[in-house]
Amino acid sequence: MESLFFFIFSGLAILSAGFVVLSKNAIHSVVALIFCFFNASALFLMLGAEFLAIILILIYVGAVMVLFMFVLMMMEVNFEKLREGFMQYLPLGLMISLILLMEFAAAAASNIFVAVTHKTDPKTGEFILDEVTKNIIPKAEPLTAQVNNAAEIGKVLYTQYMFAFEVAALILLVALIGAVVLTLRTRKDVKYQSIPKQVRASKADRLRKASL
Amino acid sequence: MIEIGLTSYLLVAACLFSIGMIGLFLNRKNIITVLMCIELMLLAVNINFVAFSHYLNDINGQIFVFFVLTVAAAEVAVGLAILIAFYRNRRSVSIEDMNSLQG
Repeated sequence: MESLFFFIFSGLAILSAGFVVLSKNAIHSVVALIFCFFNASALFLMLGAEFLAIILILIYVGAVMVLFMFVLMMMEVNFEKLREGFMQYLPLGLMISLILLMEFAAAAASNIFVAVTHKTDPKTGEFILDEVTKNIIPKAEPLTAQVNNAAEIGKVLYTQYMFAFEVAALILLVALIGAVVLTLRTRKDVKYQSIPKQVRASKADRLRKASL
Repeated sequence: MIEIGLTSYLLVAACLFSIGMIGLFLNRKNIITVLMCIELMLLAVNINFVAFSHYLNDINGQIFVFFVLTVAAAEVAVGLAILIAFYRNRRSVSIEDMNSLQG
């Protein structure tokens, strides 16, 4: 049952990732990427990372992808024109990506990582081998329902990683200010209220004593 | 059925990363799609982190994903802001039009 769900979610994630890359319309790419994030968050759930699964949906789907969507809809760009020469770099890209994929797959399929996450016989201390693949079975002890993922993350995040957490907050603040400063523009043809000018205004600026 | 282990998750992440890489090459003119492909590659990295965190019974991997998500969100916000500023000046989002600095 677990493997069935794994194949469904991972297959859909990879399919939608392919659609992100190949889609002609950029809006379709955004929607496909949202679907990909949903599937990835389901994979996170299967791995027992409930907090991150929810955060992925809230932050990525709820904020980042909506931002993408807004920016796309604000612009009037001919995306067809941008696809000129789409296939020009396909051989190079395909070659590099395939080599990368083969390297990743070779690393993943080798026993390097498995040996780290081994499952040992409690009596002899030897690795337990899988009957079918003859590989060492990685240990994936299912955590009990009492383990609260969010609480566990909080316990580590607010103690050991306190400084990093504060730096992350600072990064977000800088990004916030940077995004506002970059997109802010004052138009000359619109009348604005100038608060410094208002504050600095004195009686002498407004009132003129006329001698009669 | 096949036993689902660390290797399966690593392979899925490798596939997603490679697809993102191909996307960088294919859509190199459209900066919005390039940003989306970078998001895809970051997602693959996050899947790796969470898979290792699960199979090593170590919560630190998930903390790292948390920070990766934070930095990625900041990166997208600033990147899209730069894109909007560029679009206002040039009426285009093509990378080929970004040649002012070269002269």
